[in-house]
Amino acid sequence: MKRLNRIYTIIIFLFLYLPMVVLIVASFNTGKDITDFEGFTFHRYIELFQDDKLLPLLGNSLEIALLSSLIATIMGTAAAIGIHRMRPRLRSAILTVTNIPMTNPDIVTGVSLSLLFVFIGALLRNNTILGFWTLLIAHVTFNLPYVILSVMPKLTQMDPALHEAALDLGCTPFQAFRKVTIHEIMPGIVSGAIMAFTMSLDDFVISYFVYGPSYVTLPVEIYNYTKKPLQPKIYALFTLLFAMILIMMVLMNFFQAKAEKKRNLQHAVRKV
Amino acid sequence: MSKELIRLSHLVMEFDGERILDDINLYINDHEFLTLLGPSGCGKTTTLRIIGGFLTPTSGDVLFDGSRMNDVPPYKRQINTVFQRYALFPHLDVFDNIAFGLRISKLPKDEINRRVTEMLEIVSLKGYETRKVTSLSGGQQQRVAIARALVNQPKVLLLDEPLGALDLRLRKDMQNELKRIQQAMGITFIYVTHDQEEALAMSDTVVVMDKGRIQQIGRPEDIYNEPKNAFVADFIGESNILDGIMLEDRLVKFFGRAFACVDTGFAKNEPVDVVIRPEDIDIVEPQLGHLTGTVTSVTFKGLNYDIIVDFKGFKWLIQTTDYHPVDATIGIRLNPEDIHVMKKSEYSGQFGDYSSYSAEYDELTEDTDDAEE
Amino acid sequence: MQKNKPKVPPVRTGGSFFLTAPYLVWMVIFILIPLGVVVFYALTDPATGLFSLDNLGKVFTGAFPKVFGRSIWYALLAALICLVIGYPVAYYIAHRKPAVQRFLYMLVMLPMCMSFLLRTLAWVGLLRDTGIINQFLGLFGIGPLPLIRTTGAVILGMVYNYLPYMILPLYSIILKIDPLLIEAAEDLGCNSRHVFTKVVLPLSLPGILSGLTMVFVPAVSTFYISQKLGSTGTTMIGDVVESQFKSANNPNLGAALSLVLMIMIFICVGLMNRFVGKDHREDVVV
Repeated sequence: MKRLNRIYTIIIFLFLYLPMVVLIVASFNTGKDITDFEGFTFHRYIELFQDDKLLPLLGNSLEIALLSSLIATIMGTAAAIGIHRMRPRLRSAILTVTNIPMTNPDIVTGVSLSLLFVFIGALLRNNTILGFWTLLIAHVTFNLPYVILSVMPKLTQMDPALHEAALDLGCTPFQAFRKVTIHEIMPGIVSGAIMAFTMSLDDFVISYFVYGPSYVTLPVEIYNYTKKPLQPKIYALFTLLFAMILIMMVLMNFFQAKAEKKRNLQHAVRKV
Repeated sequence: MSKELIRLSHLVMEFDGERILDDINLYINDHEFLTLLGPSGCGKTTTLRIIGGFLTPTSGDVLFDGSRMNDVPPYKRQINTVFQRYALFPHLDVFDNIAFGLRISKLPKDEINRRVTEMLEIVSLKGYETRKVTSLSGGQQQRVAIARALVNQPKVLLLDEPLGALDLRLRKDMQNELKRIQQAMGITFIYVTHDQEEALAMSDTVVVMDKGRIQQIGRPEDIYNEPKNAFVADFIGESNILDGIMLEDRLVKFFGRAFACVDTGFAKNEPVDVVIRPEDIDIVEPQLGHLTGTVTSVTFKGLNYDIIVDFKGFKWLIQTTDYHPVDATIGIRLNPEDIHVMKKSEYSGQFGDYSSYSAEYDELTEDTDDAEE
Repeated sequence: MQKNKPKVPPVRTGGSFFLTAPYLVWMVIFILIPLGVVVFYALTDPATGLFSLDNLGKVFTGAFPKVFGRSIWYALLAALICLVIGYPVAYYIAHRKPAVQRFLYMLVMLPMCMSFLLRTLAWVGLLRDTGIINQFLGLFGIGPLPLIRTTGAVILGMVYNYLPYMILPLYSIILKIDPLLIEAAEDLGCNSRHVFTKVVLPLSLPGILSGLTMVFVPAVSTFYISQKLGSTGTTMIGDVVESQFKSANNPNLGAALSLVLMIMIFICVGLMNRFVGKDHREDVVV
């Protein structure tokens, strides 16, 4: 049974990774099409680095992802702390609204924001409102719930007496936050920020509805590429991104494992 | 004793339409060891949190040295707290935890070092400076928590069930330790517990609370010997509580028989509650007894036997060092000083009947008490 | 225990409003008001700018009801397939050593971070008549089979894209099941099949529910997948909405479609919660 399940799991992972393998192989292919493997080449990568459009767009994506996750992390963490201290009824009302962008399909979030921007644009008699700022606002909006929902559990897990102990020892509420609370909820803040960053970096659907010709992100441009006959340098870009994310994840994994080992060690000492 | 330090006057706390504290009046003297004692939900922790500044009372005043403190936040009070589960900062080591308050008040570095080192010595944790607090045992964490509070030289130390998480043996040791520290440092301790033994052993003054009201304030001996009502009598130690009639001063009637007692000041023929402590009852031959009854159960308790005796359908708990088998008929004698008469109260008839006695009774109630946070 | 728990009054809560205020303002402007704007557009005539029910009326006539029905059906099918093929994987991962678990978890997460457009495009290369699968089958003299531009291909695309959204919540809920419960069930005479149906499965329900929702919602509203893998007969509601905004230039009809889509999803998720049990979703950290 166990063996069967292992084989089954391997098959599912093959299913998940097969298309990506196809894309990676295609990035080294001299043939023009995904399906015909003709020969090995690095030419796609040279093409990619000579391209003056795709790489700047990757820069745009990183810029939006960094800024939006930073803003969302600060605003979301503050909000989570406030929400945590509220009366239960008010708290659950706010959390319900917080959940809207999570449960609403991306396309509806995108459409609703796009209509808002168009509406505001009409009011301002400005039809070039779509661009950097609208993208940033949209990304902050859908990043906020990720931050709040990963910080909230840390606050609930935290012993409320820790905050009180800090006040008791002479901290003002702000000092108590800076010296105690933030250390306790840091893992939640970090994982919320990382989640927000990756979601933002990879977002296509919402960006697609709120971008403007003045500022385009990579996923949106890839969509435009896939509508035309595909240029194989896209595969090279995909492969590079794959490698980047893989390295990032392996590193995170490594640090997590290290932190866990340390915790276990402490635990063992405590037991003795 | 010495001068008054804290006064709570007509303190009322309401939350969600429920009255948690109902007209609390209490003064606390300098250098006093005062214990708030009561079952879970009695309001003792709420009272402590109001003194600490974590809660603002709905009405009434908190006075400190004569000045009103209601709206002074915790960080501006000369009070420190030892929390129920210690609340040590997990990201700091032992030294940094203890130095926390001193660093907040920006004391010079060498003074911090000196005072923390001194404190570590007092709580016998020298050499543990750089240990992570999460790697300490419960008793050691407890000491760090006490040191962290005391190093700030507060006028008052609040302790919220600080020994609740320790095992019995350690608890006894820490009781002595706390009493020693309190006397050595000469500061006021306000201690919250649901453990009556702890309260009696450590305190100068015990405040018994229930349902948000103070039931009795007094020295441990007074509380034990002269309980004011059936609740106090039952909560502090074991008590047989009977309905009686006060015939006249120093004469009370129960079980159809008049007994000499030492209590005075009741109206003629006033209905009263009569308390008889299980350890005060003398067992004699049936024919010599004031009353005779039948033993229905015997439990060996180490120091003594707990026996349940049926007197005309009313079951008493008697503690005796002699073994009496089940179904034996015994007689008892009651001396005047063993009989304590109390006024009727809302608690009359609720306590003091051992018809459903079981040996596990105490542990069961203790479990539910732990639910209080 | 419960009735013994005393009411604990809250600590002084000064400042909590101040901390939350920026977020609340943001939420109102960029979540609630946009939804209001959607309603406004849906109820406005594109030509005259006056109040009109025409847009909503159109949603319930012509080809649209069929497209809605199809979208729900495909998404439901995809969600159930994800559950069936995802559960054993989640179960397998949850029963490995912690280090292996972390690694496999990462492997499930990774595809979620990669461009879904390109990954879907890779399926085109795999499935089309001259594609990799048909080339492979050709070696054995089979085919070419009509793999692409079928209902199956669209559902395959959805299952492929959203499978991780099923595996992750299932994994975290299975991980939380106390192994002592399984031992207790065995001790009480359950065989392994009964342990699964009577203990493990009921305890996984919150994860199942959350997985079904997390697959169903994006699947029912997806666009692009059926554009690339399907035919005109597999058009989904997401494609229609997209075209109203990006090519047909009728945002009012688009808004009406989005509004109905949103309400429909709300009803479907509500029914699903009802059907599977209470709303446990908060238990699962996404």
